[in-house]
Amino acid sequence: MKRFKSLLRNFAFSVGLIVTVALVVAAIAAPLLAPFDPNAQDTSRRLEAPSRDHILGLDELGRDVLSRILWGARVSLRVGFSVVFLASLAGITLGAISGYFGGSVDTLLMRLTDILLAFPGILLAIALVAVLGPSLNNVVLALVTIGWVAYARLVRGQVLKVREMEYVTAAKALGAKSPRVIVLHVLPNVINPVVVMATLGLAGAILSEAALSFLGLGVQPPTPSWGAMLSSGRRYLGEANHLTIFPGAAIMLAVMGLNFLGDGLIDMLDPKYRKEM
Amino acid sequence: MTQYIIRRLAQMIPITFGILTLVFSLIHLVPGDPAIQIAGENARPEDVRQVRHALGLDQPLGRQYLNYLTSVLHGDLGRSFQTNESVAVQIRQRYPATIELAFGSMLVALLVAFPLGIISAIYRGKWIDNVARFFALIGVSMPSFWFGPLLIIAFAINHQWFPVSGRDEGLKSLVLPALTMGLALSAILTRMIRVSLADELTQLYVTTAIAKGVTRGKAIFRHALKNALIPVITVLALQFGSLLTGAIITEQIFSWPGLGRLLIDSISKRDYPQVQASILVIALTYIFVNFASDLLYGVVDPRIKLE
Repeated sequence: MKRFKSLLRNFAFSVGLIVTVALVVAAIAAPLLAPFDPNAQDTSRRLEAPSRDHILGLDELGRDVLSRILWGARVSLRVGFSVVFLASLAGITLGAISGYFGGSVDTLLMRLTDILLAFPGILLAIALVAVLGPSLNNVVLALVTIGWVAYARLVRGQVLKVREMEYVTAAKALGAKSPRVIVLHVLPNVINPVVVMATLGLAGAILSEAALSFLGLGVQPPTPSWGAMLSSGRRYLGEANHLTIFPGAAIMLAVMGLNFLGDGLIDMLDPKYRKEM
Repeated sequence: MTQYIIRRLAQMIPITFGILTLVFSLIHLVPGDPAIQIAGENARPEDVRQVRHALGLDQPLGRQYLNYLTSVLHGDLGRSFQTNESVAVQIRQRYPATIELAFGSMLVALLVAFPLGIISAIYRGKWIDNVARFFALIGVSMPSFWFGPLLIIAFAINHQWFPVSGRDEGLKSLVLPALTMGLALSAILTRMIRVSLADELTQLYVTTAIAKGVTRGKAIFRHALKNALIPVITVLALQFGSLLTGAIITEQIFSWPGLGRLLIDSISKRDYPQVQASILVIALTYIFVNFASDLLYGVVDPRIKLE
């Protein structure tokens, strides 16, 4: 608790926390906060600049940009949390098995991660979405496919260290079975760096979703997504700059906030981890 | 050195096969029957059959894989569904544009990062250091697909100094895309140079040099900077690989006629052979660049070879 208070005094961490909380609130309360229906069109007022009624202006179909950004936070966070949850679950499980049992399972898994790490991440995501078809679920699937590797490597490395500890040997000597040893004795000791990685991974997943949607491979219209909004705003540069400025600012703010939070967590949970990163 | 190169090359072989296998599998991940997807839902059965045959999908999987490997080894990457040309032709045409963009971005990054990083390390903790660190923070957090359009608004629309898109005006066309991609890299490099140089400046040999009467400037630029650059060179070489994938987005923003744009265009046209070939070429270039950067690291820091 003392540590947490000193962290709160840490400016970057506080900013990160505020931005993250704001992001989560915006996403959950979007139906209440958004002044208009994000899909309601008024083509007679298309591309209208920010005004008192529509403080962030209207898009190419006359939809309220602020409402779409608020609803877009839902898409970003949904993708972000799903990717982090699934990738960490898969990574932790495989990493723990690989590190704990070693042998041919370990070799096989590590060679697979070698290949996946050698392949540029976003390219693999693009490739997968390209063949599976653009949709929210496929974006999640593609990002999980490239995302689990980092968790697996991290957990495996930690498990290799923890496995040799005396308390693990003691648990085994007392007759505990492997799953029990892994879940009760090994994993709690490797979880801190995983939490840090997950926070930073959330920022990464939000950015990747925006990038894929920007390329037309993510969420399909009319669902509001920040990346897709930027992509359609690109056609109106010069005549309606607000379509580019505001969704981009939302992405940057979210990503920066989560990165700040992640950095603060490193200090709080695992100061050693900073060196390893 | 030869042993080091051989060891690294040996590590590349399974990775290259892995990448080839991944790219080969892509077509089989297309939901349903890829041949129907390509020919269209309402295509006549004989057209579907023809597409299936053209793709080699009517053969057993093992046979398909062997055929794929043999063709790639012979430099045959398949034929485009759109143009019926060899996909290698398009790739050859587009490749130089992507490489030009990557080098342009690297130049931008170096021009920004060197002065900023050095000043930051020398004046550590002073206001100028804080400004440089803030810049670095903005640089890593700003998505290229936002920064690029902002540059277009400022320097191609409001002030018509550079073209909005394309590659027809030579160096002028390159400036904005290179700035877009160079920003993030310059931020990473600035941090790297700052940390690495600040670390060297605390070393005894620098103090000794100054104690022996060498000017501070000389001690920094002649002695410390040389050693500080070792990790920077590796990061630079490694990041060149990520510039290749970054180009996919930047090329889209500026309609830059490179490999990335070719890839996205072929995805939207469902031209799978072109998609597979573009991905393969980008991925292989990426691992080759990483391999080269490993070798470079071995050259600049002989200790690495011994590990």
